[in-house]
Amino acid sequence: MSSLDSIYQELIMDHARHPQGKGLTEPFDGESFQVNPTCGDQVRLRVVLDAPPDADRPSSRLSQVAWDGKGCAISQASASIMTELVAGLPVDRVEQLDALFSELMRSRGAPVSAAVEDALGDALAFAGVSRYPMRVKCAILGWMALKDALSKALAGDASPARVPEGI
Amino acid sequence: MTGSSPQPEGGLTAAELVAIRADFPVLGRRLAGGHRLVYLDTAATAQRPRVVEDAMRDFAENRNAGVHRGAHQLAAEATEAYEDARTKIAAFLGAAPWELVFTSGTTGAINLLVASLTAAAGGRAEGAARRFALLPGDRIVVTQAEHHSNLVPWQRLAAVTGAQLAYLRVDAEGRVRTDDLADAVTPRTRLVAFTHASNVSGAITDVATVVRAAQAVGALTVLDAAQSAPHLPFDFGALGVDFAAVSAHKMLGPNGIGALLGRSELLEVMPPGFTGGSMVEIVTMSEATFQPPPTRFEAGTGPVAQAIGWAAAVGYLAALGMDRIAAHERALTARLLDQLGALAGVRVLGPTAARGRTGAVALDIAGVHPHDAGQFLDDFGLAVRVGHHCAQPIHRAFGVTASTRASLGLYNTAAEIDRFVEVLSQVRGYFGVVR
Ligand SMILES: Cc1ncc(COP(=O)(O)O)c(C=O)c1O
Repeated sequence: MSSLDSIYQELIMDHARHPQGKGLTEPFDGESFQVNPTCGDQVRLRVVLDAPPDADRPSSRLSQVAWDGKGCAISQASASIMTELVAGLPVDRVEQLDALFSELMRSRGAPVSAAVEDALGDALAFAGVSRYPMRVKCAILGWMALKDALSKALAGDASPARVPEGI
Repeated sequence: MTGSSPQPEGGLTAAELVAIRADFPVLGRRLAGGHRLVYLDTAATAQRPRVVEDAMRDFAENRNAGVHRGAHQLAAEATEAYEDARTKIAAFLGAAPWELVFTSGTTGAINLLVASLTAAAGGRAEGAARRFALLPGDRIVVTQAEHHSNLVPWQRLAAVTGAQLAYLRVDAEGRVRTDDLADAVTPRTRLVAFTHASNVSGAITDVATVVRAAQAVGALTVLDAAQSAPHLPFDFGALGVDFAAVSAHKMLGPNGIGALLGRSELLEVMPPGFTGGSMVEIVTMSEATFQPPPTRFEAGTGPVAQAIGWAAAVGYLAALGMDRIAAHERALTARLLDQLGALAGVRVLGPTAARGRTGAVALDIAGVHPHDAGQFLDDFGLAVRVGHHCAQPIHRAFGVTASTRASLGLYNTAAEIDRFVEVLSQVRGYFGVVR
């Protein structure tokens, strides 16, 4: 596979053309707005949690992820694949997946741990991107927004994310 | 590589171009996949000819010492080399040596100016220095075409002084509009900061018209010359602006150095933005007196080796002649714009004729994000810049967030332009926008 094709795998191109979870919905429990500083690409992402944790279910579940944004094929596909991967999972599992995806993005193309291999599913397609440090930011933009929106939701902060004036 | 086609009138000859390219070792580099580097990112940073590195190495190996201090022979030689570099660079830019303040670059120059104006606004400005003290309700005018480094510092100064920030818009080709100057430059306008050439659209601003409007209300003028001085004959005195900012690394010189040019009668009375060693005369525990310019504005130990490298760079440019370099780049720009015009789905974010513009050519490729386009081009050894190029507002004015930019330098060839367009023509197909 050429280095170009190792980045732009069929799966990634499919998600870039038909992104999942794209389109904002209301109401939401937490919202985040993130920007990639090098290109100005933006993503706004909202999460909805189900009921608060109780004795039977010690962790809240992420019942819905919705996002909107402009960006390159990598950022759009990554947000899309992430949405499919995490929707419906307990919040602590989502946090684990976020950490594992970060590990993959830091790998610079080297072999990754079995934990990463087993957990990330379609998101493993971004292994090729990890060899291009300039593109890692594109791949993690959606994940950053997810992490931020989740932490707001868990803190009970359902306020809209701050967006700079004149954007 | 350039073939035997006759060179445009006044440009560089094919033989010269071969010799020039041999002076830039990196241009011979092969990249991943065996592709020869095609460097189309000179607007970000220019490649350096050997003479620049040679001059810096010679200084490091034979004369390195602190300048303007110490009585030993090395210190004297280093000081002389530093001041000699200042004289050469100033002459190249059409300024007197005492009008050239070394800074870390264009960004450093503008921030130095803002720091000086902030010091003046601190309330103690007296007499002539009041010229630099902005008051609440005063106005600062910038443009939509600015690089963030000639915008954000002025936002800061406005916030600190209570002045309001207004801007000139750009036209559909990304050129600073001068038709609404009369509205923007009000009697309360104290300063107009604007770019000479946009690093996105490449459009060259009508400096004389802006200067006239500013002078009519007694406003100071600040020119961002980061993208003009490297590509056009540049004459600070003739342009009539009060201040100008340049970076060495965009004009074949090293990183970490640039200059603030200031008209001498202004530098004479402007308070220093930064203070410390080297810029003072007498220091007691409670106060200090300052040296005359340019030293007053150069607190701390200066970038001596870089100044020497920069002087070698301007020597290289001057030997070829900026008018001939400009003619060469204009011919390449015309060739590029011509071929782009025939490419479906590619929009030039800037003037589509080579007149009145530089060779920084930003593109919007329908259906393909700049990062993806840049990745594709990189795979063929083509080095372009993608993103907003530190100029978000002008991208917004074009209705995009980012672009793919090819920018030319004196060492580029017609064959490289052709290669760029050939690869570019495949981008939309690869990403499935056209089949
Ligand atoms: C028009 C313009 N102004 C300012 C700058 C900032 O230059 P520097 O980063 O060397 O300070 C640049 C370079 O990117 C530029 O193109």
